[in-house]
Amino acid sequence: MRNLYAIYRKEMRHYFVSPVAYVCIGLFLLISAFFFNFFLSAVIQQSFQMEMQSMQFGMPQQFDVPGQVMRAFLGLLSTLILFITPFLTMGVFAEERKRGTMELLMTSPISEIQVVLGKFLASLSLFAVMLLPTASYVVYMYLHSDPIPPWRMLFAGYAGILLLGGSLLALGTFISSLTENQLIAAVLTFVAFLFLWVLDLGHTSEGGLGSVLQYLSASRHYDDFARGIIDTSGLIYYFSFMVLFVFLTVRSIDSMRWRRA
Amino acid sequence: MIEVQDLTKAYGAVTAVDHVSFTVNKGEILGFLGPNGAGKTTTMRILTGYMPATSGTAKIAGFDVFGDSMEVRRHIGYLPETPPVYPDMAVEDYLDFVARIKNVPSDKRAARVTEAMRKTNLEDRRAQLIKRLSRGYKQRVGIAQALVHDPDVIILDEPTVGLDPKQIIEVRNLIKGLAGDHTIILSTHILPEVSMTCDRVVIINKGKIAAVDTPQNLTSQLKGGQKIRVEVQAPEKALRDALLQVSGTTRVDSEQLPADGHLVAIVETAQGADIRSAIAAKIVQNGWPLFELRGVSLSLEEIFLELTTDDAAHAQASAN
Repeated sequence: MRNLYAIYRKEMRHYFVSPVAYVCIGLFLLISAFFFNFFLSAVIQQSFQMEMQSMQFGMPQQFDVPGQVMRAFLGLLSTLILFITPFLTMGVFAEERKRGTMELLMTSPISEIQVVLGKFLASLSLFAVMLLPTASYVVYMYLHSDPIPPWRMLFAGYAGILLLGGSLLALGTFISSLTENQLIAAVLTFVAFLFLWVLDLGHTSEGGLGSVLQYLSASRHYDDFARGIIDTSGLIYYFSFMVLFVFLTVRSIDSMRWRRA
Repeated sequence: MIEVQDLTKAYGAVTAVDHVSFTVNKGEILGFLGPNGAGKTTTMRILTGYMPATSGTAKIAGFDVFGDSMEVRRHIGYLPETPPVYPDMAVEDYLDFVARIKNVPSDKRAARVTEAMRKTNLEDRRAQLIKRLSRGYKQRVGIAQALVHDPDVIILDEPTVGLDPKQIIEVRNLIKGLAGDHTIILSTHILPEVSMTCDRVVIINKGKIAAVDTPQNLTSQLKGGQKIRVEVQAPEKALRDALLQVSGTTRVDSEQLPADGHLVAIVETAQGADIRSAIAAKIVQNGWPLFELRGVSLSLEEIFLELTTDDAAHAQASAN
């Protein structure tokens, strides 16, 4: 545990002395704030139109502004992290290998799993630090809505995005352990993410394979969370995804000992 | 302290380390000497648990490097060829991190870090970022990193490479100062380094051990007998005959210097015999002008070359 903390502490420091964290967080907050504002005004405008229409035709209509904004915003966040997480994980192991510090870690009395978990938890913390300020936009909107929408929506949505982000970080960490080149790690990670996204398209085809592909798609489960549903199958999906890739990273690092020439 | 038995490491068809065996006693400095690509780094990496051996065993402080890797890692400090430093960290923070992952108890950590910086003369650079340090200082940080948990065994892979002469001397003195409390293995391809710092030398070439001995013994052993260089003005044939008559002479090689026509003869003698005065007497007796007469001893360079370049010489050396 102390070893794990030592690695975690070093990684967090590393993130915040290098410009990577600041650039990623800054860009993320800037873009998400811009789009939140855009969605909010668009949805409010739409709700006015609906109201006018319903007055014209005399049909009372329900229009859920915060719910609409929330769904659109969560969709945007999931797309944004697709682009940003590869930059958070690209250096995790690739840089250690390139600098030769892997040799220090692997000859210290510290196990591979401690190294991998320390690094993974550090990237997850950084991700949370990046994500949490955006919740303030939503909270602000909630407090100015009448009636205040169920908070469960907010928690489920952010739980979903943390789980999704954690899964992507685990995958990115694994890919970073395969190469010494950060750029290759980032590109491969991005391609792998895209692939996980488009698995969802399997839902157009009928039958067994389609539903399997649908289940495997990372974005499919996220949709449930974004609608305020904490689904057990989604929880299981994301947790097994993270465990799988943390495990594969440990194996990948361990195998370096054997294939090093 | 360190026992290596029949250690072999093959990378596919290439055998980098081939049935290497040696032992290192507690408090000793062992030099690992060999040309580049001889298998020095591979052997060290196996000892540190960085990579497994193909066959054979190695034990450090009684623990098997593969079976008890964690225990072994607690007992060693290791400086790889390139210092394993994080450029964005300050010297003191970096050493603190290393002390943490080397399981130094938290109440001793600050003291150990200070001690490592003191030994390597880094105290005035403690707050500096490692990326701003010169090559020599980075190397010192690398050595400090290997010392910080006060390990029994310190393994240094080419500790003086890339340093200037003054820094080399400092590092050598530092290493010598560490012996006694620590058992040290260092690798190098620089010969004087071995004779200056090490108690014993392992000469390794193409993955095989060519010789293991003290630097002094290696030098005197290979001397065999002594060689005497004579520079004289004389007819070649007559000189050779005269020198061969001196008792104790085993062989004479001669050659004419182009510059002034003097003859240079290298006289090899049986072990233990000092025949310099007899040779001088012989030459004077013949009335030849004598310009120079001196004993020649093989330098470690010559031994090294003999051991690593020529198989016949190698066989001869082992016979001796």
